[in-house]
Amino acid sequence: MPIYEAVVLALGMIRAQKLKSFFSLVGAFIGVMFLIAVVSIVKGMDKYVQEDFAAKIFGINTFTVSRRPGFHAGPVSQAQRRAWWRRPEIYEDDFHAIRAALPSEYLVAIESGNQAEGVVGTKHSSYIQVSGVSEDLFRIRDYRIAEGRLFTPQEISHAANVVVIGKDVADSFFTGEDPVGRSIRIAGFPYTVVGVIEKQGNVFGISLDRFAIAPYTSEMKKVVNPHKVVDGIIVKASSPAGMQDAMDRVEGLMRSRHHLRPEDDDDFHLDTQEDVLSFWAKISNVLYTALPMLVGISLIVGGIVLMNIMLMAVAERTREIGIRKSLGARRRDIMAQFLVEAATLSTTGAVLGIVAGLLLARLVQAVSPLPMGVAPGWIAVGVVLGVLVGIVSGVYPASRAAKLDPVVALRFE
Amino acid sequence: MSEPVIRTVALTRDYPMGGETVRALRGVDLEIQPNEYVAIMGPSGSGKSTLMNLIGCLDTPTSGQYWLAGTEVSRMSDDELARVRNRQIGFVFQTFNLLPRASALHNVELPLVYAGLPARERRQRAEQALGSVGLGDRMEHKPAELSGGQRQRVAIARALVTEPSIILADEPTGNLDSTTSEEIMKILEELHRTRGQTIVMVTHEADIARHAARVVTLHDGMVSSDRLKAA
Repeated sequence: MPIYEAVVLALGMIRAQKLKSFFSLVGAFIGVMFLIAVVSIVKGMDKYVQEDFAAKIFGINTFTVSRRPGFHAGPVSQAQRRAWWRRPEIYEDDFHAIRAALPSEYLVAIESGNQAEGVVGTKHSSYIQVSGVSEDLFRIRDYRIAEGRLFTPQEISHAANVVVIGKDVADSFFTGEDPVGRSIRIAGFPYTVVGVIEKQGNVFGISLDRFAIAPYTSEMKKVVNPHKVVDGIIVKASSPAGMQDAMDRVEGLMRSRHHLRPEDDDDFHLDTQEDVLSFWAKISNVLYTALPMLVGISLIVGGIVLMNIMLMAVAERTREIGIRKSLGARRRDIMAQFLVEAATLSTTGAVLGIVAGLLLARLVQAVSPLPMGVAPGWIAVGVVLGVLVGIVSGVYPASRAAKLDPVVALRFE
Repeated sequence: MSEPVIRTVALTRDYPMGGETVRALRGVDLEIQPNEYVAIMGPSGSGKSTLMNLIGCLDTPTSGQYWLAGTEVSRMSDDELARVRNRQIGFVFQTFNLLPRASALHNVELPLVYAGLPARERRQRAEQALGSVGLGDRMEHKPAELSGGQRQRVAIARALVTEPSIILADEPTGNLDSTTSEEIMKILEELHRTRGQTIVMVTHEADIARHAARVVTLHDGMVSSDRLKAA
């Protein structure tokens, strides 16, 4: 019997026995749905992290000098944690030294942050990201002013209590009003708003517009860090080569400032975009390793269910097999009929699973900021898996059917 | 005389049954010529079903030889026998044995599917066969939508459609009332008369057997009588 006729026959069987068919294709359905949904979401996250997240958080050709790594892939031992804790702090003086050591085309800035409550009149905000920074930070982050202005080098050197705020903060405190020139209390101290930064959007659903930035010399320094201590010093170069060069120079400079001997390890960390990307690569690797197991388990369970149902179908249709044999069906004809039926069932399940998986990914995309990435290769993998599960779980029932004795099968009631 | 369409020599068939061996056939010698219409009779347990399975190539003998249309089939493999059934034999069963989910047309097409014919030719020949048994207007009906007589006529059409060497009818009227039985017997007779179709019919009813020109009676696994009806 030609394959397409066998497929048509099998589809007719699926229509005739809807409930049984549902059970037999549910395994392939769930397995493939998982596969496609997870792959689509991971692909989407991949794209997101590489194109959006790393650039938004870190910026290109940018690195941060800090005491401890900001992103660390893999588990951290207790000893490692304690060692990080014993490291010296990064100070404002380190910033001045780095600034002096690097040519003027490099941008160098202090950034220290904390969470604090803001108050305007009777309005209280929940915690907002507050930071004390030096002037290059605006250019490193590519913050553009929407209203008012940035604070000036003079305001930094005079320790003026001024802030530049994010769009969300401006909107929640000064709905419909001009925030510039107004006063906002942060951690109990009043600051004058001089400007509002353009909307930045969000990453992973967290708004990037809930911030207030003040000069690192202002009262804000008491909110963010002990005296003269900074969280990090950010350096931005204009090219990857320039960044590498700056990293080498900053590393040398920091080692000499910390009086490290050549055999000592660095007691500070240079964070780059690469750290985030490799952190993500590790996470997505774990997902890609766990995925085959998840999918495999549901396909195996589904395959066993399908095999059972096919065995039942062979028993139920013993007489039909006898009739077909009496009319001239050979073993391989009967074998093919049941194999095609099993494969059609599981492939139908797989195709439905692909559709459901894509819908699931689409749903995740709709309710979260994660984009989805469609992976045509994986869709093909899903279909192939469906066919394979059907054939593997159909072989035994089909060979039982093929070996039936026509005399016995015809007598079967 | 031409070559016999069926020739068996010392055909035996034993069945193991709970440690004992049941000897269902104990040496049957039988020759059936082309265009013959033969009834095989016998009480139950006489071995007529066993003989019918052997003649129909559904089973193989324990010993002895069987030639069907000049070819020895008694030592053939399963798949070779399937081919012989497909090409040479048209079955008509007591219980009709139609596929319940398939239309009359599809049931009749089925042997042609296994013969590997293209869909168009299959359809054409199946329509013709159904027409010849007077069911040209019932082709899309499922077996459940047909009467017993109509179902048996579909089965006859299915047996005819491959133009087999023999039609093997096993108690073809066993599940039908007497009027319908006569109707079916008439169709078989017609086939024999107009097409020269060789028919071998197994039955235990003398009434039915009298339609045949020759009656072979089995007893205890052996041929006890073989009579030609006086013309």
